[in-house]
Amino acid sequence: MTATVTTTGLALDGVTLEYGSGDTLVTALDEVTLTVEPGQFVAVVGPSGSGKSSLLAVAGALIHPTRGRVRIADVEVSGTKARDLAELRRTRIGYVFQSGNLPASLPVRDQLLLVPHLSGRITADARAYADELLEAVGLTAKAGRRPHELSGGERQRVGLARALMNRPAVLLADEPTAALDRRRAREIVALLAEQSHRRGAATVMVTHDTELLDSADRVVHMRDGRLE
Amino acid sequence: MFLALRDLRFARGRFALMGIVVGLIAVLAVLLTGLANGLVNDGVSALRTMPATHLAFEPGVQGNLFSRSSVDPAEARRWSQVPGVREATPYGNTLAHAKEAHTGKDVDIAVFGVEPGSFLAPEPDTGRPLEAGTDGVLVSRKLTDEGIKVGDTLVVERSEVRLPVVGTVGDASYGHVAGVYAPLKTWQRIQYGLPGEPPAAAFEVATAIALDGEPGSGAPDAQVLSVEESYGHSPGYTAEQSTMKMIQFFLYVISMFVVGAFFVVWTVQRKDEIALVRALGGSVGYLVRDAVAQVLVVLVSATVAGAALGAGLVALIMSTAPAMPIALVPGPIVTAMALLIALGVLGAVAALRKITSTDPLLALGGNR
Ligand SMILES: Nc1ncnc2c1ncn2[C@@H]1O[C@H](COP(=O)(O)OP(=O)(O)OP(=O)(O)O)[C@@H](O)[C@H]1O
Ligand SMILES: [Mg+2]
Repeated sequence: MTATVTTTGLALDGVTLEYGSGDTLVTALDEVTLTVEPGQFVAVVGPSGSGKSSLLAVAGALIHPTRGRVRIADVEVSGTKARDLAELRRTRIGYVFQSGNLPASLPVRDQLLLVPHLSGRITADARAYADELLEAVGLTAKAGRRPHELSGGERQRVGLARALMNRPAVLLADEPTAALDRRRAREIVALLAEQSHRRGAATVMVTHDTELLDSADRVVHMRDGRLE
Repeated sequence: MFLALRDLRFARGRFALMGIVVGLIAVLAVLLTGLANGLVNDGVSALRTMPATHLAFEPGVQGNLFSRSSVDPAEARRWSQVPGVREATPYGNTLAHAKEAHTGKDVDIAVFGVEPGSFLAPEPDTGRPLEAGTDGVLVSRKLTDEGIKVGDTLVVERSEVRLPVVGTVGDASYGHVAGVYAPLKTWQRIQYGLPGEPPAAAFEVATAIALDGEPGSGAPDAQVLSVEESYGHSPGYTAEQSTMKMIQFFLYVISMFVVGAFFVVWTVQRKDEIALVRALGGSVGYLVRDAVAQVLVVLVSATVAGAALGAGLVALIMSTAPAMPIALVPGPIVTAMALLIALGVLGAVAALRKITSTDPLLALGGNR
């Protein structure tokens, strides 16, 4: 772990990600360098296929880059084994998925409690924090509902609360507003910005929608795997 | 079991269907073990309860040894000299038809000829033991169930030998026919098969020499089979047992595939959930433990419920239809349950492979 960059947030340094090889080689990320400080909210915009999801996959320790270095909360990701990557995801990374991605059988509170359960067991502290987060996203009254009983916006808010459950150092959101109308989308983005500032998470949000960028601290554009 | 229990509750309809199928298979498995044991009992209980360990049949004969083998009872003396043999005594076995003298009731009987007072002669449950110089016989349970009792007389067809019933014994069937123990001389007259006093040569015949102890070297020329090996020469035994084994084998294979197929489909259905857990940093071990616990909950509860129902059915059949060859034996039932559960888990292993091969990247959703 070399401390050339003094951030405890997220640092990508010359990251290249290639899928396939030979004739089918696709360069999804091309020499991407990006630093996000704790509590900073960065928005990434770019056309379809420009590599936004790939960027989040690399930043979220879901996939190793082909070249370059990734640092998450001062942990050097390159060269880390799959099992340690999973632990990193469990302890340091919060991920808000595009479709919410809520298991149908879990009531809202259990969606959040799943996170500490993956790390071992659900402590009283975790329960209290889950209730605090549900309060913060305005879902206390619906804690016992299952996903199919929620609106799209409510589901996204559950996804956000769940992403915050492990007090992540890095918060990543892939098109969190794709399924929502303008008003709901704004609510979610505002919530994301607020939570990232309040809880000190280095936050990256990917979006198509250029009208949602006013809450971002920084906006970066992506094209053909490159940041501009 | 965080996810497993919640999924069980959420998809209870699907799991209930699956559980009902497994439960019905368990009912069938228990009925089959009952039937298999009942058939064994009905087929060879007379051999099972025989105090001998081995039978020495005539050398060279093939096929059904009990009906084809013929040995000289006097050889028993030579056999008792053979090292390893503690006792030896002649044994006769023949199938016959008889009528009860007063009621005229027809019965099929398997007549076992034994020397009164030898180690083969059974202790009667009621009445008197066999006595040399008489034609008094002991009848087994199948006949007493049909109403034959001490004091009745059985008249054997063709030879017209009259057999006064002097005592009773428990289960002693052979080839699904009721066993009757007779003194060897009486048996020899039945075996001769013609009315009147048979020639002297008829009294130099027995089916085999029954041995207590495995014969070592220096034994007379003979086909020596252990009593268990001789079961296969009882009429229908081998065919019945292999049929039962085949039915049971297919039942277990079917249940394995049913359970396996269900959990493969179920695992495919919850692929998103699995990818999500992986993306959230859950380990493969976490998912596998969770899934195995779920498989076990379904299998154990369905198998236990099905086996209990099956055992109840067997008990009901036994009490309402005593003639049906079915028996409630705990050992094979427990074995059947363990097999159903173990094979079910084995079937579900195919589903576990789908868990390990699920890519967490899938959780990134529809935009990929
Ligand atoms: N698993 C994969 N195998 C091969 N190529 C892939 C794979 N995933 C993505 N790609 C390719 O990598 C490039 C970047 O994809 P990515 O999903 O990162 O784009 P994106 O910016 O998220 O697009 P969208 O806005 O449509 O979600 C695309 O050309 C895509 O076809
Ligand atoms: Mg994408």
